[in-house]
Amino acid sequence: MKLLVLGNEAIAQGALDAGISGVYAYPGTPSTEITQYIQKSKLAQERAIHTEWSTNEKTATEAALGMSYAGKRVLVCMKHVGLNVASDAFMNMAISGVNGGLVLIIADDPSMHSSQNEQDSRFYGKFALVPILEPSNQQEAYDITRFAFDLSEQYDLPVILRMVTRLSHSRSVIETKEARIENKLSVPDYANNFKLIPAYARDQYIRLVAKQDDLLAASEISNFNQYLEGENHSIGIITTGIAFNYVMENFEDKACPYPILKLSQYPVPKQKIKKLYQSCDTILVLEEGYPIIEERLKDYFDIDTKVKGRLSGTIPRTGELNPNIVAKALGLSDDTTFKVPNIVADRPPELCVGCAHRDLFDSINSLIPEIGDKHVFGDIGCYALGSLPPFNTINTLIDMGASIPMAKGASDAGLFPTIAIIGDSTFTHSGMTGLLDAINENSPITVIISDNSAVAMTGGQDSQALGRLIAICKGLGVPEEHLIVINPLFKNHELNVEIIRKELYYKGISVIIAQRACVRLSKPEKDKRKELVLKRA
Amino acid sequence: MKINIILAGVGGQGILSIAAILDTAALQQNLYVKQSEIHGMSQRGGAVESHVRISDQAIFSDLIPSGKADLIIALEPMELLRYLPFLKQDGWLVTDANPFENIENYPDLKSVLNEIKTHRNHKIINALKSAKDLGNSKVANMVLLGAASSLLPLSDEVILKAIQTLFISKGEHVAELNIEAFLKGKNLSQTNKAL
Repeated sequence: MKLLVLGNEAIAQGALDAGISGVYAYPGTPSTEITQYIQKSKLAQERAIHTEWSTNEKTATEAALGMSYAGKRVLVCMKHVGLNVASDAFMNMAISGVNGGLVLIIADDPSMHSSQNEQDSRFYGKFALVPILEPSNQQEAYDITRFAFDLSEQYDLPVILRMVTRLSHSRSVIETKEARIENKLSVPDYANNFKLIPAYARDQYIRLVAKQDDLLAASEISNFNQYLEGENHSIGIITTGIAFNYVMENFEDKACPYPILKLSQYPVPKQKIKKLYQSCDTILVLEEGYPIIEERLKDYFDIDTKVKGRLSGTIPRTGELNPNIVAKALGLSDDTTFKVPNIVADRPPELCVGCAHRDLFDSINSLIPEIGDKHVFGDIGCYALGSLPPFNTINTLIDMGASIPMAKGASDAGLFPTIAIIGDSTFTHSGMTGLLDAINENSPITVIISDNSAVAMTGGQDSQALGRLIAICKGLGVPEEHLIVINPLFKNHELNVEIIRKELYYKGISVIIAQRACVRLSKPEKDKRKELVLKRA
Repeated sequence: MKINIILAGVGGQGILSIAAILDTAALQQNLYVKQSEIHGMSQRGGAVESHVRISDQAIFSDLIPSGKADLIIALEPMELLRYLPFLKQDGWLVTDANPFENIENYPDLKSVLNEIKTHRNHKIINALKSAKDLGNSKVANMVLLGAASSLLPLSDEVILKAIQTLFISKGEHVAELNIEAFLKGKNLSQTNKAL
């Protein structure tokens, strides 16, 4: 069947057709559409495939390992920084190995279109000693996803499938194959590998290291790693993932004169690289992300200067690739004619008109003259825009959940008062543990949970916090008299300022839940949430 | 045959609908398509772009190289200028004449339009007015697509069919309104001046 799909959707269809029994994920740009596609898929509904969002990437990865333990194939999806959260589970499942095929889609965001860093997930694959796959186009994304499950089951290992924003969010036509059936439920006969007490873990680590030669051999013969001959050996090009397209783009209707090693499967195939290295004068390494292969090939003391890439300065050290950067590296002419006229102003993203975060920031801002500037710690979500004009309310934004422990740490240092602003979904993702620390020490901080009943920034997915925030805060030990719900509306401004002021000056932990649904949610979506709140109450 | 199109505007103006129609229409004509778009945080009232590439041969890059765009279609005139480095020497500019002023330092509109007029191949269309005349400012994107349609390697028939396909799930009336907007834009463009 032919489908016009995003790179992310090609992955989702590939995983469905590979016979998954579940997908586990936490929303995060540029990964979100993979899970959404599966949630809407007819096949997933027919087969009753598990598709609910998880509380965070770690619980997603652990649940996936559980499903794999039970013999079924399972997909895990997250953005690159999500793997930091899931890394404890991820690193250790490389040691334990898997039963049913387990593939992690990690969507990297070079150039940080929607992220706080551009970390390269291939490092994690190498760190954990597991295979990595990196498709170059939508069709390959589909094919390689199916292949990833075979690879996972062949070596009993989790497999990382690395995506990047440009492929995740670019549409093209793919040709699909027939969907295969799901695995049967089958608990492993021998399961000591899942008991990672030191005695078994040592054995498992030895087994993992011993698999490396086989993984390398598989890369050497992989159809996803192609050596393309060229007549001009002054340059030999190594491309990973979508970098291949940017080379080919520059030779439009004619063949590329240089030999190219197009890589999509790791560990990097030694023999193929050696062949290129020995037959070419210079080696140009084109990687979307960090200079991982380049660093490996490059001579540390620069005696041999044959390898060019991001470390040599041939390619910019940061940011994503594009056809023009590659053209320059190949010494080709640049056809750019026009510049952006000086009159063009920046147009940064902004909070929606009517958004509850706006009213919350206005209330907090009216207190800043008296409490002092730079006392507000922020978190990851739409409300991160509160760090920009016109609000300038938030002073920090580091990682999911950091607002509460950072406010506490600053308070421990003597800063008073301190405010942590965190969204409902970010709070259940990574905020609850930090709050427990602050409760146990009765830290004089004010936590404001800006609860819009959705994972709004990624498109309004269901929030695990829905209907549970009060019970969670009470259960953790927030005193009832300092657990207050407000409605951040313009008409409540004065009242809300008073409530926040009172809690700010209280010398102990308080939590204010600023509750108003995301303005982007449609009426049926809001109604669905109201029902769920009642059900959970 | 290969055509590279940049779609530009502000989050929420309906760029992705234009992109989806171009994709669907190109497929109908058995052409290759690649179309990249921006999701996530940048959607919220910020500058957004989509690269649409249509060809009778396989397409490699998801991004259009700078200096290689045949056409920029913008729902907002300053956003058009932002993507000028993508335009090839004799490329076409098609834009709505109306500014979207959600920033304090929006430049003088006359200077913006004059900058556009320094390029010989341009169409400045009052798409918003036409859309409002039709009763819904949201269909300005279809007016603009209509105005640009003579520059596309796609027949009106396949475009109209694609519009129908995309909007029918929202109701017969919505599909009809969008088709009307497209035809109105096509008409406007024949007069080829800002209205």
